[in-house]
Amino acid sequence: MVAPTAKEKKMGALSRRAALALGLGTAAALAADPARATPGEADEAIGKFTGGKAAEPGPITIDLPEIAENGTAVPLTVTVESPMTASDRITDVLVVADGNPNPRVATFRFTPMSGRAEVATRIRLNATENVIVVARTGDGRFFTARKEVKVTIGGCGG
Amino acid sequence: MAEKPRIKVPKEAKKGEVVEIKTLLAHPMESGLRKDDAGALVPRKIINRFTCEFNGALAFACELEPAIAANPYFQFTVRLEESGTFRFTWIDDDGTAIMADETITVA
Repeated sequence: MVAPTAKEKKMGALSRRAALALGLGTAAALAADPARATPGEADEAIGKFTGGKAAEPGPITIDLPEIAENGTAVPLTVTVESPMTASDRITDVLVVADGNPNPRVATFRFTPMSGRAEVATRIRLNATENVIVVARTGDGRFFTARKEVKVTIGGCGG
Repeated sequence: MAEKPRIKVPKEAKKGEVVEIKTLLAHPMESGLRKDDAGALVPRKIINRFTCEFNGALAFACELEPAIAANPYFQFTVRLEESGTFRFTWIDDDGTAIMADETITVA
């Protein structure tokens, strides 16, 4: 290889810098929106709730619109099929939205007085993402279900 | 927080009936992610916990994150065996507790 002239060296440096800048820019553009949680964060929130136990698909109904035009108040109803007796009931339900800046949404605590393991509220969704529900039974088993919602205008930031 | 929470509880129920309860509190649920006109982050201030007790026993509770929409709304159920009083409590990040009571006759 011929030794590069001073001019070529300079150009090389410039183009390397340009390439680097371009690369960084592209990487930044490709990297997930910083306001969006990584899938790992959602998994971490779920793992904390289950104590690392695996959650199996279960009798959970997630009622959410397919498309939410406005992410600032998306109606959500979660129903877990359960007799809700003192010995056989759902005790806790975790709701996670995997594309929100903080994936945790809420944890609902049911009691033997609850009658039904059902709750409705309105949530903020940042973008098109999955709403994941994990339910804990009184005897320490975990059920899960998820639903994707397409969000037109995010409801978490500015 | 002068505004009274809006609560829907039936006036009466049969013994053993599962009644539906709806609550709504006027509150901005400031997420801590929003910027004001000057571009500064508005500090987080949300209702982080809501509970419903019936005659002193916990009937329903939840821990909330900023992903709960402004004016937090909850609909849930309680099975009733006796007449009594519901006590609803909303806990703000600043430590304030907003409380409201509703009575129901169970026959």
